[in-house]
Amino acid sequence: MARAALPGRLTWRAATLVGERWETPSARTLVLDVPDWPGHLPGQHVDVRLTAPDGYSAQRSYSIASAWADNATDKTVELTVQRLDDGEVSPYLTDTLEIGDQIELRGPVGGWFVWRPAQEKPVLLLAGGSGVVPLMAMIRARGAAKGKQPFRLIYSVRTPEDACYAQELSRRVRDDPGLDVHFVHTRVTPRKRIDVATINSYGWPADFTPDCYVCGPTTFVEAAADILVALGHDPKRIRTERFGGTS
Amino acid sequence: MNPLDGNAMAGDLRELFTVDVTAARYTCAGCGHAEAVGALVLWGQDMGRVGRCPHCEDVVLRVVNAPDRVFLDLHGSVRLELPLAGS
Amino acid sequence: MGIISRGFGGRRRESVPGLPPGQYLTHDFPVLSAGPTPRIPLDRWSFTIATETGEKKSWNWAEFTALESADVTVDIHCVTKWSKLGTTWRGVSLDTLLADVETAADYTMVHSFGGYTTNVPMEDLLDGKAWIAYKFDGEDLEPEHGGPARMLIPHLYFWKSAKWVNGLSLMNDDEPGFWEAAGYHMYGDPWLEQRYQGD
Repeated sequence: MARAALPGRLTWRAATLVGERWETPSARTLVLDVPDWPGHLPGQHVDVRLTAPDGYSAQRSYSIASAWADNATDKTVELTVQRLDDGEVSPYLTDTLEIGDQIELRGPVGGWFVWRPAQEKPVLLLAGGSGVVPLMAMIRARGAAKGKQPFRLIYSVRTPEDACYAQELSRRVRDDPGLDVHFVHTRVTPRKRIDVATINSYGWPADFTPDCYVCGPTTFVEAAADILVALGHDPKRIRTERFGGTS
Repeated sequence: MNPLDGNAMAGDLRELFTVDVTAARYTCAGCGHAEAVGALVLWGQDMGRVGRCPHCEDVVLRVVNAPDRVFLDLHGSVRLELPLAGS
Repeated sequence: MGIISRGFGGRRRESVPGLPPGQYLTHDFPVLSAGPTPRIPLDRWSFTIATETGEKKSWNWAEFTALESADVTVDIHCVTKWSKLGTTWRGVSLDTLLADVETAADYTMVHSFGGYTTNVPMEDLLDGKAWIAYKFDGEDLEPEHGGPARMLIPHLYFWKSAKWVNGLSLMNDDEPGFWEAAGYHMYGDPWLEQRYQGD
């Protein structure tokens, strides 16, 4: 990845909404034009800041959904935002923000929960709900780099209608060799939860020493990480990102 | 209230430092456990950020943002190992 | 100030005359936590006062709740800018707990299950200004709000009203507690807007 164009400390910059699409009835992808964007690694996030006319401001973190290629002509940055109905920021981003509007953005940040295309190990991605967003960036980056690392995604979501990127995932399973996706539906009979049997069947054996990335709500992340450790995965190879209660 | 991970501090810390502190390794003053700052369990988003060691729950670092200053308290960490390459 | 976000209002912020400077009114009861919520069984609960000379005095739950209690209605002010008016509590006055304690200490450190601490001058605990509360709004205090029992010092910012309280040490010299060591004000008077060190 390219290092930040300007070394030094990070500041807020203006981002303009130039495109948008709904991934599910409550999750919207924002396509943002950010002048002089330095590029990012899959798994990194940005902080978004909204400011009201009276000076009140609110700040939240959102994972970047898109992959970055230095040589690509499309230099936009995509975020997928899940609307939380009692939230303060997410309903604004999903329902109020219009094409041409500007928000403030700081990033990319976070050098720990990232996948670098130079990593050679198999990868196991465990997504709970909108926790799929940074993992999708990893799948996209692998696709863009024509990576050969075997990737498996286990995606826990309420119903098939709540799954983000469903069409793109099935296309990539067809076109990106070495990518497998397994869905766990928690609100479809028979109801399923992420469990030992699922991770055992659809993940990688611990012997393969895969790099594991777990992202989702706290309860999902803690359950999934505990199962991975119980199955013999090295805690050092398990990276987690919890989604908070605020929104 | 649910905790986040140390990852969530990355933006605030990158406003202060020219390197990504969440990719640094801390050594916990309480139990000696060493891991990435991004792996800390992060509490208390309103008053300040409190990063606890996932191994022993001791406080490793605290960040408090005042309007005109930032306080970074590291007395729960005996060492930070900062990567210089990449970002 | 950055770009104004068209159509963004944020949470309703009700500015009411009579609040300390910079505060807004809230009607719910936000929960702030610097760590996991401890769940303390009542048979494991105790509260201990340790004097500057090392003398200790303890109460278990039965002894503590047998002490004379008071019903108080007070306004509370959180340093994160919310204020809540007319909250009702039942608790034991620190005057009662400190009545038979021999001390010349000017300062105290409040201790909690889970390791939280906060410093409070002795005179701010006396003369009907502070309680250890175990009921809120007529109900047992929930763990999220500091139950079984929390400090209640309404004339200071609410971080001084430590949740899950289990002890008080009396000190000759002032020392910072958990948030004070991380940059918050040593005293925390909401009317003087003493939020951070140096304010």
